[in-house]
Amino acid sequence: MEQYPNHKINYSVAFIKMALLFLLSALSFGLLAALQYIIPGFGRDTFSFEKLRPLHVSSAVFWIILGAMGSVISFFRQHKRRKLKNQFWIKVQFYIFTLSFGGALVSYCFGIFSGREYWEFHPLLAIPIAIGWIVFIVNFLSNLGTLKNQPVYIWMWFTGILFFLFTYVESNLWLIPAINDNLVKDMTIQWKSYGSMVGSWNLLIYGSSIFLMDAISGSKKYSYSNLVFALYFLSLFNLMFNWGHHIYTLPTSLYIKDIGYLVSMTELFLFGRIIYLWRSSVTTAQKYFHIRPYRFLLAADVWVFLTLGLAVCMSIPALNIYMHGTHVIVAHTMGATIGINSFLLIAFACYILGKKKNGNFFKSKWIDIGFWVINISLVFFWISLIVAGFIKSHWMFHQPDVPFGVMMMSLKPWFISFYISGCGLFIGFCMIIFPLLFNHLLRDENNSFFKRKENHNLKEMVLD
Amino acid sequence: MAPIEPFKIKVFTFVILCAVFLSYTFWLYSEVPAKSKPANTLAEKGKMIWQQKNCSACHQLYGLGGHLGPDLTNVYSRRPEIYIRAILQAGTPVMPDFHLSSKEKDALVAFFKYTNTTGTADPKSFTQHLDGTISQP
Repeated sequence: MEQYPNHKINYSVAFIKMALLFLLSALSFGLLAALQYIIPGFGRDTFSFEKLRPLHVSSAVFWIILGAMGSVISFFRQHKRRKLKNQFWIKVQFYIFTLSFGGALVSYCFGIFSGREYWEFHPLLAIPIAIGWIVFIVNFLSNLGTLKNQPVYIWMWFTGILFFLFTYVESNLWLIPAINDNLVKDMTIQWKSYGSMVGSWNLLIYGSSIFLMDAISGSKKYSYSNLVFALYFLSLFNLMFNWGHHIYTLPTSLYIKDIGYLVSMTELFLFGRIIYLWRSSVTTAQKYFHIRPYRFLLAADVWVFLTLGLAVCMSIPALNIYMHGTHVIVAHTMGATIGINSFLLIAFACYILGKKKNGNFFKSKWIDIGFWVINISLVFFWISLIVAGFIKSHWMFHQPDVPFGVMMMSLKPWFISFYISGCGLFIGFCMIIFPLLFNHLLRDENNSFFKRKENHNLKEMVLD
Repeated sequence: MAPIEPFKIKVFTFVILCAVFLSYTFWLYSEVPAKSKPANTLAEKGKMIWQQKNCSACHQLYGLGGHLGPDLTNVYSRRPEIYIRAILQAGTPVMPDFHLSSKEKDALVAFFKYTNTTGTADPKSFTQHLDGTISQP
């Protein structure tokens, strides 16, 4: 990795490392929260679920955002092979996000909430995050120059960054009384913003994965092709208009649901394309499987197929009513967050943190074992949630007289399986996170830890 | 006639999509969804307590929210008010006691009364059509 003499800290690495710490936090709080499903009332009066769930969900969102930022900054730093403009403002961006996100987690521990999905912190904290995002936009645009002759991932980052800010502001519109006092209107706008916001950060992450695939294959043909731009515009179209599928059961205007349904069905093109390209994907997989970041990209492809298949089913209103409000939705979210977003970001983290100066990757048995532990655990995790979801769905439609608590007890075997596979995910991710963090510490010559260790060894030699 | 540059086609597509998206967005902001009505002052207070206590971490409204507790959209028509108040008073073996004041409990009950009037969240009551769409009562 190139080191520039005019700044001591490489902020692209700092973003990715901080993101990995938030991933660790998401996993830890996720495990604690899941324990409440198998031991009802566990931590009821100390660390109850209304605190643990936001700690888990927000940490996962912060991991995604910081990881995506790190990959965008890494591109400008390494791929463009030039000094970053606005070094000072990148530093400001890093500290604003780290402090605000850290502050949000601390506020949850004290029971301070806004009570909104994803962004459950007090609305005052939304201000520094919005300012930080504006700083990110300025840093991105000043380093970008022009959109002309740029590959698709630059377009994806550009639109992802702009739409994130828009939807983030939109998600805070509930602070306006005219929206907040009407539950149906509030929920419509809330899920409009969330649907598009998830699409925005997906654009950031998928863009990073295309950039990474270019770097691995050494070819830029794909990222400039007309087909990939057509798929990008299809994704953008879905980001803008498919969010209605979140609220089929809400008594909002019918045309919102119809638009959401019709637009969501265009995802069938993406689904069909994966099947059509299956054979060539297998050939590519055999060619690059020895490259560690590629393995995660490949695993993410498999999870895109599974998650997209489930998403298409959920987007049909007549099927959606059987899955809405059940654990099938959780399976879909977890499959997308872990199997797609996290795998793509881990691939990028391996690319940035797991490389030697000569460009080869560090050998790490732990990361290789971790890869398989995560994938096997995720399959069981996903299936457990889907089965639990179907049992709940059966209860909703056919057992109206059975109390909620009794139904939850009947799900216990699946929650235990969900918890055990969750432990597997925790262990698997730890096997990847720690080698990535420590590999980098040991080889970074500018790093104080390295120097301290070197000085300590020197002192020992003198004393001997 | 010279062919249009690919860059111009991309910019044109992007601008058109953004224009349609923004028009749709601002139309939605100004529109009041069919059948819905605003909450009264007490119910509005109840909604804020619902948010401040982060009730949606465990409970759902219209199937949106957490999965540890039941959906509460129509709890007001399913359970007597005294039952709702008793749970708000002391919690359950799973739900903590939030030490709510009597005014807060009144506000939350008013909120549940209001959510119940906005529609039904029971999927059994929806009608499915052959084209895959659904209609609500």
